[in-house]
Amino acid sequence: MSEKLSTIDLVNKNLARRYRREKRFRAYGIASIMFGLLCLVILFADIIGKGHSAFLQTYVRLNVELSAEALGISDINDPSQFVRANYDGVLRNALRERFPEVNKRREKRNLYGIISNGAGYQLRDLLEQNPQLINTRVDIWVLADDDYDTYYKSRSSDGSEAYTGRFSETQIGWIEALIADGVVEKRFNRTFFQAGDSREPEQAGIRGAMMGSLYTLIVTFVLSFPIGVAAAVYLEEYAHKNRFTDFIEVNINNLAAVPSIIFGLLGLAIFINFFSMPRSIPLVGGIVLTLMTLPTIIISSRAAIKAVPPSIREAALGIGASKMQVILHHVLPLAMPGMLTGAIIGMAQALGETAPLLLIGMVAFIVDVPGGITDPSTVLPVQIFLWSDSPERAFVERTSAAIMVLLGFLIVMNTLAVLLRRRLERRW
Amino acid sequence: MEATVGSANTIGKLNSEAPVSKATANYKEQAAGKTVGIPFVEHPKMSMRDVQVYYGDKQAIFDVGLDIGKNEVVAMIGPSGCGKSTFLRCLNRMNDTIDICRVEGSLKLEELDIYDPKLDVVPLRARVGMVFQKPNPFPKSIYDNVAYGPRIHGLVSRKSELDEIVETSLRRAGLWEEVKDRLLSPGTGLSGGQQQRLCIARTIAVSPEVILMDEPCSALDPIATAKIEELIAELSANFTIAIVTHSMQQAARVSDRTAYFHLGKLIEVNETEKVFTNPDHELTEAYITGRFG
Amino acid sequence: MNTSSLLLTIVVLIAVAYFFGRRRSVSLADTSQGGYRNLNSLPFYYGTLTALWCGIPALLVVALWLVFDNTIIDSLILAQLPEPVRALPDGELGLVLNSIKNLAAENMTAGDPEPYVVAAADSLNRITAISQMAMAVLGLTLGMSLAVFSWFRIQPQQKARLQVEKVFKFILLSCASIAILTTVGIVFSVIFESLRFFQAVPFTEFIFGTHWSPQMAIRADQVGSSGAFGIIPLFTGTLLISAIALIVAVPTGLMTAIYLSEYASSTVRSIVKPLLEVLAGIPTVVYGFFAALTIAPLIRDGGAWTFEFLGLQMAISSESALAAGLVMGVMIIPFVSSLSDDVINAVPQALRDGSFGLGATRSETIKQVVLPAALPGIVGSVLLAASRAIGETMIVVMAAGLAANLTANPLESVTTVTVQIVTLLVGDQEFDSPKTLAAFALGLMLFIVTLALNYLALHVVKKYREQYE
Repeated sequence: MSEKLSTIDLVNKNLARRYRREKRFRAYGIASIMFGLLCLVILFADIIGKGHSAFLQTYVRLNVELSAEALGISDINDPSQFVRANYDGVLRNALRERFPEVNKRREKRNLYGIISNGAGYQLRDLLEQNPQLINTRVDIWVLADDDYDTYYKSRSSDGSEAYTGRFSETQIGWIEALIADGVVEKRFNRTFFQAGDSREPEQAGIRGAMMGSLYTLIVTFVLSFPIGVAAAVYLEEYAHKNRFTDFIEVNINNLAAVPSIIFGLLGLAIFINFFSMPRSIPLVGGIVLTLMTLPTIIISSRAAIKAVPPSIREAALGIGASKMQVILHHVLPLAMPGMLTGAIIGMAQALGETAPLLLIGMVAFIVDVPGGITDPSTVLPVQIFLWSDSPERAFVERTSAAIMVLLGFLIVMNTLAVLLRRRLERRW
Repeated sequence: MEATVGSANTIGKLNSEAPVSKATANYKEQAAGKTVGIPFVEHPKMSMRDVQVYYGDKQAIFDVGLDIGKNEVVAMIGPSGCGKSTFLRCLNRMNDTIDICRVEGSLKLEELDIYDPKLDVVPLRARVGMVFQKPNPFPKSIYDNVAYGPRIHGLVSRKSELDEIVETSLRRAGLWEEVKDRLLSPGTGLSGGQQQRLCIARTIAVSPEVILMDEPCSALDPIATAKIEELIAELSANFTIAIVTHSMQQAARVSDRTAYFHLGKLIEVNETEKVFTNPDHELTEAYITGRFG
Repeated sequence: MNTSSLLLTIVVLIAVAYFFGRRRSVSLADTSQGGYRNLNSLPFYYGTLTALWCGIPALLVVALWLVFDNTIIDSLILAQLPEPVRALPDGELGLVLNSIKNLAAENMTAGDPEPYVVAAADSLNRITAISQMAMAVLGLTLGMSLAVFSWFRIQPQQKARLQVEKVFKFILLSCASIAILTTVGIVFSVIFESLRFFQAVPFTEFIFGTHWSPQMAIRADQVGSSGAFGIIPLFTGTLLISAIALIVAVPTGLMTAIYLSEYASSTVRSIVKPLLEVLAGIPTVVYGFFAALTIAPLIRDGGAWTFEFLGLQMAISSESALAAGLVMGVMIIPFVSSLSDDVINAVPQALRDGSFGLGATRSETIKQVVLPAALPGIVGSVLLAASRAIGETMIVVMAAGLAANLTANPLESVTTVTVQIVTLLVGDQEFDSPKTLAAFALGLMLFIVTLALNYLALHVVKKYREQYE
């Protein structure tokens, strides 16, 4: 009797200490989760904070005298004259007109730097479409140079506290004068979505990379989905338990965990070096990503096939369907949502992949937007990698914006996968 | 033990004698929701009144009232799904681990309200230990399995005391002779019956006042079962035991009183011999004669 | 006829073959009594069989042709070159071949091309055209003739279904074997190049060398660019960064998994789990950007401030191992937590009940029963996480350094195996220099190490699963 009393007393004596430990342990758990979530929030906040400004671009309004003489266009019906015309010259004239006090050579060169060196092309496009504007004076909005763009975006409304970077006092004076004139404006940055890569941040866009990613993904999907499904069907429906099947399974499981860069080495050695396929093309990129995503797709497709109850197979077999008919008529249609979900997740993985593509040359500086799977191109993540290396401050915001676009695509794809699973998932 | 063998013979006779009068009497009481027999005792160790248990919207236990006396062995029997295990798990709040489970009514361990929201389950479970259906030794050594309870509760301060507790508990569980040379080998390496006795040793190492046993022999062979049953008989000298069993013979062999559950209701509680020889309720009789179950 | 239109033609041909094959079986069925019952298989199978006879050989011919034509054409062109040019070493010969190809593709070449280059470019264009034509003719003729052959063979008794199903099964098997082919491809591509590398650099020097500086001297008299290939500093760098990552990820991921599976209500779980999985879905290049542009400067400035405050003369590299390791750790958190979650959930509830039944608190149950029971599985997931960290590329390429320092100080800059592979192979490189081949040797080491870790991890986890099944 006394022994029992002492037991419960002992238990009670230690309770407080034990509960303190319990609380501490719980707190570690909550802290871990909070840490993870906090990292997520910081990451997104950092990227959005850096990148949101890239969706706007600073434009400067110039009053340009489009004299035929200064342009060097004598015959408006000769397209070659439009190609060669001196657009930069008239734009510079306009700038000199606005700031007549600038006359030193170096100063002038700095002054011309206010507008992007792509502004000439803007003017060319305008004139090619409206030749009647020649010999008139027009107000046109042209792209500002990236340094001025950065300055204007970081400038608070009263003109204090702006990021000046490499600017001299005179340069700040010019831009402030233009701001005071009301001829500086931020507009939606269409270039960012319409242009290919460029060395000049204000002319650089992600269209080339996006198309490159699209073509690469198309190749990846067209190859990996049928092959992955076929492999899964074989392993689930046909394969007998033997050494060969085991070997295939071991290979699939290991490939799923092989570092992606190894697949880049494979692509470089086999496809580029041995088969002499060209570098930098979406076709090779797609093949390499196919090999990389196949394990994911095979594993999820197998899970989907496993989820089809054997009773359905037995029912079909029982009325005399052949194995192939059972698979094509019953198993595959029923397993399709699960397989597609796996494929979308695999595609999302492929879309974000960078390392193997670096090795097969998709890291080149490519200005043109690719038009097919055999055109040299780059992809979104590689574009992000390339830009993140660039020293210009304006590229930081564009990199972040490209990341936002990439993450946007990934979120859409993953949401799609989740919705697909929810909507089409069948409970047996 | 001998008595129970005899009782099995008498059941057949009683069965054919006077079922009719019994039925009418019991149906009346059934309508009033009363349990027939002697559910309540004086100075109970545990006393339960009007217990209702719900799993989500579904009610699993209806109006159960039962006392368990000190150093008494109460067996709970009934067809599968009748709620006997659910009821047992209420007694040390093991049902807390199931999210959708909700318990109402009064359940007391002496003066302690078991379902007091402020009650701390840790000391409660130190007082009301439990042995489960399937032997579930921890993946640790035999010694560590038994020492687990005393360690977490801080019952000992010296290694020698712990050694002593481990040895006594294993002795009381009748396992000491079999394992004393391999205390440090894993508990999962023992045979099923030994594992279950290890689990009992683990439970009594904490010196609980009540031991709940949830079909402790259902996963064991007959020889191991016999050993556990002997053990229960010995333990009843020091502990209060509530045992759920699907085997009527076992209930008859080990218990002082037997409670018969049917579809979530406690139908009858009586002296074990009475239940198996001359039950008061028709349903009990139907069950023990094997008409369902 | 270019490749894509050839492929299109073959597809059309396949469709035509299917149509006629099917029609023939239908007409055979109709002439005899009993209609379709008379046929051994459904008309669909006869059509498919004809289509297979047509498509598979044609596609096979095209595929083989495409694989080998470059090599054959190259050797034909080389054979045409004048004797002194052919005598050039392999590397220079490759350059000549390149300029011929550039000229043939009407790209600009540097300077005025040699006359033999112009001649070779002309003949390259001619041979390529002939080769394309030959491929088209051979592929299409073969496809068509075999389709006609199989069309004539169609008989009501022919077991078309069995034959089609055999082919179907064979195609499925070949798809499944691609996994093996990929592994073989990886092994061969890294091993062959590595063997060539080890001819130039002794294996022991590679494995035990403590100095890494792969810049080879262009001229023999250059100083400071001797080319040293000792991977010890790369491996220590990789291990340092991975260790930092695991120190962050393992406790956090494990505690997250524990909290979510043992404490959290289902509502909390259903919100927190997908959110954390977002962390796993973020591309590594994004983490790299985050590490290089946000975390590394933060650590550098924060460290500088702290050291100044403490009056220490120390500096933190802006490419510190710490920054890359921390961010990599964050990336791996969901990986560790979802693997451990599976493992923890596999621990039978009976064990928890046993512990609760004795009056243990939750944390006591977790620490003393659940975790020891789940230990092998957790070890497995940590191994997988380690293999992931070792093979991770983009974060370290962007945030870690290039200098191969042999140090254990996380505040200094280190380089890793993956960084060096990328640096050695990105950009135009000739394929044969030891510098490029070194990348493959590094790849081989990386492959071996990760393969060993994965194999071990999968093995441990499998054994663990079996224990509770």
